[in-house]
Amino acid sequence: MSETVMDRAASATPTKVARRIKGLSDRTIAWIFVAPTVFLLLAVNIFPLIWTIRLSFTNFRANRPNGEVEWIGLRNYQRILTDSDVWLTMQATAHFLFWTIFFQVILGFALAWLINRKFKGNDLWTTIIVFPMMLSPAVVGNFWTFLYQPQIGLFNYVVAFFTGADPASFSMIGEVALAPWAIVIVDTWMWTPFVMLICLAGLRSIPDTIYEAAECDRASKWRQFWTITVPMVLPFLMLAVLFRGIENFKMFDLVVQLTGGGPGNTTTLTSIDLKREAFEKWRTGFSSAYAIILFVTVFGLASIYVKALNKVKER
Amino acid sequence: MKTTHFLSAAALTAATGFAASGAQADELTLCWAAWDPANALIELSKDFEAESGHSMSFEFVPWPNFADRMLNELNSGGKLCDLMIGDSQWIGLGAEAGHYVKLNDFFEAEGISMDDFIPATVTGYSEWPKGTPNYWALPAFGDVVGWTYRKDWFEMPEHQAEFKETYGRDLKAPETLAELKDIAEFFQDREIDGKTVYGAAIYTERGSEGITMGVTNALYNYGFQYGNPENPYELEGFVNSPEAAEGLEYYKALYDCCTPPGSSDWYMSANIDAYKSGQVALQMNFAFIWPGVNADPNVGGDKSGYFPNPKGPGGHFAQLGGQGISVVSYSDSQDAALEYIKWFAQPEIQSKWWELGGYSALKAVVEDPGFATSQPYAQTFLDSMAIVKDFWAEPAYASLLLAMQDHVHSYVIAGEGTAQEALDALVEDWTEVFEDEGKI
Repeated sequence: MSETVMDRAASATPTKVARRIKGLSDRTIAWIFVAPTVFLLLAVNIFPLIWTIRLSFTNFRANRPNGEVEWIGLRNYQRILTDSDVWLTMQATAHFLFWTIFFQVILGFALAWLINRKFKGNDLWTTIIVFPMMLSPAVVGNFWTFLYQPQIGLFNYVVAFFTGADPASFSMIGEVALAPWAIVIVDTWMWTPFVMLICLAGLRSIPDTIYEAAECDRASKWRQFWTITVPMVLPFLMLAVLFRGIENFKMFDLVVQLTGGGPGNTTTLTSIDLKREAFEKWRTGFSSAYAIILFVTVFGLASIYVKALNKVKER
Repeated sequence: MKTTHFLSAAALTAATGFAASGAQADELTLCWAAWDPANALIELSKDFEAESGHSMSFEFVPWPNFADRMLNELNSGGKLCDLMIGDSQWIGLGAEAGHYVKLNDFFEAEGISMDDFIPATVTGYSEWPKGTPNYWALPAFGDVVGWTYRKDWFEMPEHQAEFKETYGRDLKAPETLAELKDIAEFFQDREIDGKTVYGAAIYTERGSEGITMGVTNALYNYGFQYGNPENPYELEGFVNSPEAAEGLEYYKALYDCCTPPGSSDWYMSANIDAYKSGQVALQMNFAFIWPGVNADPNVGGDKSGYFPNPKGPGGHFAQLGGQGISVVSYSDSQDAALEYIKWFAQPEIQSKWWELGGYSALKAVVEDPGFATSQPYAQTFLDSMAIVKDFWAEPAYASLLLAMQDHVHSYVIAGEGTAQEALDALVEDWTEVFEDEGKI
């Protein structure tokens, strides 16, 4: 009988080790291999989460390690949920999330659809379009502050060129009505290529034979688009929305660089507010409760969304 | 005899060894903000390195991130900094959280007297609790908010004539806040040398401390007080008095009428850029910028003048800036750090510090008969230091500051609500902070 791979592995195991693991079940051995990862996961994810939940019921401040820590029950949660400023940051975040995702999906899909056509210079255009995504958000935030400068900024001059308005007559990051849109524009400029790439992958995964069959059935281009292209790209698009939603919910660097959360609190997103509470005011207990509320919100919304995504995929 | 020789040799070796270890060269790290005076300090510290044998390295962080970075360092008990030139408002936290070494015994042992320094800087940079002889820092860099103006534009005959006709007085450095606003209005959107210029660059920054450091220059002079002088944490009626609300309205009016478009988030460097590029006639900024303005090829020399923050109907004050130098309690090189402070406190070193562009707070330097005329801005510096007032220096100063940034920016820049509502909301937030702190 010829020697199997298993036999060869068994014979290659040093006697000492073989003796030590003799009698251990496969399950135990599997646990031995998995244990370091599980331990790491517990140490860096689960333990901090449990610790944060615990802190959220106290008045602990990390910058006063020797201060008295009081158990204050649900007071932090009550304070957050009844604080009108927190709700304003939630509104600002919702505005930012909705409009960035809306524009990125529309533009990303449109670009992917155009790039998917076969034309000369296709690769070059793809590279050019993807370029903003490769930059650091802090850099993007910084140079857009110059582009938005009313006196020297290119953005104002472009708007002035098309509308005839005085470039110095409006300030994208200095006016309450415009600042929320200023951050939406920059994020859309930066991350539309990401949505485009995902949509492009979706478009390229559709077999040509389906379109050929539709042609045989004399389906118009418009009908092909709505009955073949959109449904088959939809799971990819939904995945892109999920990624962008999670990313933008925790948006920080780009907006801090652009507006610092201002004017007033107009562009203070929840992550900026949370950072101020946690690492500038050092209200660790309060900010832990704040973080838990945000975590539950994102986790809840993401779970519902993933279920919907799975249903779409099953269709 | 041999034994005696051996013992002598051993004693000598031991003594030499101890001496050597006592004079062991340390590597000191000094932490401060990244700005012009920091470069002057590097230059100055070369003398210390040569004299002491210690080597110096520097950790400088740009102003917008300075507090975040350094307070995190202190709060985590980090050993990065041996010496910290921390902002004046950190002194309460530095003292109460044990970040700074108390310097009273050291000062006494080395004959360093706080009476030798400008009183406002001792109170602002060194004392905690305020008004008590407990010292946690040596005044290192005196600073105050003041104003720079385009003297050459002011002196243009056509401007002189038009201003006199419009306002019935000469166009010169203003003495009151109302006059300042008139001048800013006069220059707003004016064509000078074929370029549109604007009235004033003022502090409006949202993220760190900018707008607070600016608006207080109006608030103080209209009658704003941090609390009841008899009862420090009684805020109602002092922080949000009708006079304080008027001061806030003044600052908003100044922002609305007379600042360059897009200046909704400006602090020190943005104001410097606007002034040096010829965009504005007036610039609010800390005095540290004056040596740079004076030396600037475009706006320096006779083209610029300096004046202290003008008085208002409720008094004459200016926002204190500047810092003291402290020894970080987590440092392993505290002796060498103290040695640096001892060296830095010497009158001849302080004198050189001023020459290099650092604002000495030592009386021997600033009261020298030649000081006021030593630089075009020296007299303004002295006048400004005589009227200083500082923000809270409580351990919870960051919470107090963020609340003020929030409410003031929302009113002045975003135009939300009224000045009275903004200050009422500020009182609410500050009261909550003091309640959390157990102060009320």
